Amino acid sequence: MRAAVQFLWPWAGLAAAFLLAPVVFSSPTALTMESVMGIMIIFALSYNMLLGQTGLLSFGHAVYYGLGGFVAIHAMNAVIHDRLAVPVVVIPLVGGLAGLGFGILFGLVSTRRAGLVFSMISLGLGELVSSSSFILRGFFGGEEGVTTNRAKLAPLLGLKFGPQIQVYGLVAVCCFLCIAAMYALTRTPFGRISNAVRDNPERVQYIGYSARRIRLIAFSLSAFFAGVAGGLAAINFEIMNAQQLGAQQSGVVLLMTYIGGVDTFVGPILGAIIVTFLQINLSDLTSAWQLYFGLMFIAVVSFAPGGVAGLLFRHWEAARSGAWHRLAPAYAMVAPGLVAALIGVVMLIELGNRRLTDEGSPMTMFGVAIDPSSIAPWATALGLFAVGAAATRLLWPKVADAWALVDKGLQARGRA
Amino acid sequence: MNPALELTGLTKAFGLAQIIRGVSLEVAAGERHAIIGPNGAGKSTLFHLISGRIRPTSGEIRLDGRRIDGLEPFEIYRRGLARSFQITNVFPKLTVFENLRCATLWSLGYRYDFWRPVERLRDAREKTDRLMEEIGLGPRRNVLAGVLSYAEQRALEIGVTIAGGAKVILLDEPTAGMNAAESAHAVALIRKVAAGRTLIMVEHDMGIVFDLADRISVLVYGRIVASDTPERIRANAEVQEAYLGQAAGP
Repeated sequence: MRAAVQFLWPWAGLAAAFLLAPVVFSSPTALTMESVMGIMIIFALSYNMLLGQTGLLSFGHAVYYGLGGFVAIHAMNAVIHDRLAVPVVVIPLVGGLAGLGFGILFGLVSTRRAGLVFSMISLGLGELVSSSSFILRGFFGGEEGVTTNRAKLAPLLGLKFGPQIQVYGLVAVCCFLCIAAMYALTRTPFGRISNAVRDNPERVQYIGYSARRIRLIAFSLSAFFAGVAGGLAAINFEIMNAQQLGAQQSGVVLLMTYIGGVDTFVGPILGAIIVTFLQINLSDLTSAWQLYFGLMFIAVVSFAPGGVAGLLFRHWEAARSGAWHRLAPAYAMVAPGLVAALIGVVMLIELGNRRLTDEGSPMTMFGVAIDPSSIAPWATALGLFAVGAAATRLLWPKVADAWALVDKGLQARGRA
Repeated sequence: MNPALELTGLTKAFGLAQIIRGVSLEVAAGERHAIIGPNGAGKSTLFHLISGRIRPTSGEIRLDGRRIDGLEPFEIYRRGLARSFQITNVFPKLTVFENLRCATLWSLGYRYDFWRPVERLRDAREKTDRLMEEIGLGPRRNVLAGVLSYAEQRALEIGVTIAGGAKVILLDEPTAGMNAAESAHAVALIRKVAAGRTLIMVEHDMGIVFDLADRISVLVYGRIVASDTPERIRANAEVQEAYLGQAAGP
């Protein structure tokens, strides 16, 4: 009974989150964003089946997302053209099957080897597909891409999936099912052997498994889920173009997954939510938003290899063992310097961006009018950064010491 | 009856370098066979050839009468031959339990199953639990293999090797790098797991070799110069000169 409750509550919580999100944040923009988040969660989790679970670093995962989306959008147009009685809810599955098909096809080539060879082939295949999108204009629609109208498909139980809230509903249901399915996959013999392949592909061969076969299955299943995400994207945006399967999109999914954390199942979910949120909101605030992504990625890789999920998990463990009294003072000491340094960095980026793009016209930052062509804001920014960075560097050992004590406490508990 | 393992005229050359120069050997079912020889004699290469890690240049390898040379390592494993490694070679980010369970799955017929939960596989869990007790790692069940002590990792290495119930086991220097107490422990473990199986091992510690082995083969520069019972090997002049003389020297 208790085990059943423990098993069920995360899933009940997840379902509740899907139900409450459009109620709490109900504006049209928020609804669109929530739909995109759902799609990106599936995409990022599918990517982590390769990176975190099987140890395969792909630079071309958007191929399966994009091709799934293109096949889905052509399927939608065919349904509309021939007036078939096919409702929208079937389309994500069409995208998934397309992803699976291409996953098996390209997987046969790329999963023969692991490591660097796999990564390079994935990059090559990504370039191949994205350059063929300029040649096969009939399928990829050239520069403009291919458009559709989801409301023209057959209704299901009176739902035409025209309004965004209905699309959100479809995304939410698909996302929930995909999360459950991908989680279940990690807990099968295949899932465990995938982890073994990640850890030590050579030894797997001496416990009866072909590492190559495991990689191919993981790759194909991962492409299936990426295709489902692509199919949902086709429904949501009603347009597909070559950008969706290019190197940039492959980079975004890597970024999301890594920022969220590859070592845990929930990591990519958090990463997809955070990155999507920032992509949509940050781009309204500043034209240099991609630079911030780059910096964030570098920061995570250097200072928190476990990603956001890893950080949260560590703090949760510490909090549960009642070690906050050790961490809080250390954090309080470091915070002012860290915040000052971050403000300094943001100011420098924005000032530089303004000078380079708008010839240094006046701007407002943090609610203050600033003239980027005068020396004062630059000096302030540099000063904040220098002093803040120095203070952080000086005081950081306090945080490290506090964590050392916390870890020791946790270890002692683990042994007890 | 077929020998458990039979090598016929086995050679291996890397470019111009002849490492294995015509090895023929028969190991009977249930035998505990040790392969000894000076450094660079080709002992590890011989194990790599038998287990499929590298392919022979010429010659034949038969497991229970069937050719296995040229097969992939996992195919050889599926026919009943498992091996351990000289340098510990387990799954560092998986727990002890998970390491051992992964190693039982194929033999229990679960293969590439991605449709049933691994936690529900009672036979795999029970077999893993038994195995964990057998190799003395019961109390370390949920510890990541990467943080085990050296001797514990060596025990896990043997556990992963025997988990699938292979009939023929190759152990590559199972006690290398251990202190006396750890070695004694490892020897007891090897004796236990060798029961009912055919064991072939490479080992440097002559005490252990003469204690454990039913027969000993001496490999020198890619050739077997003698293959006999421990007593006769001890008395063999050629072996004395080629190997034991050195080992026994100051």
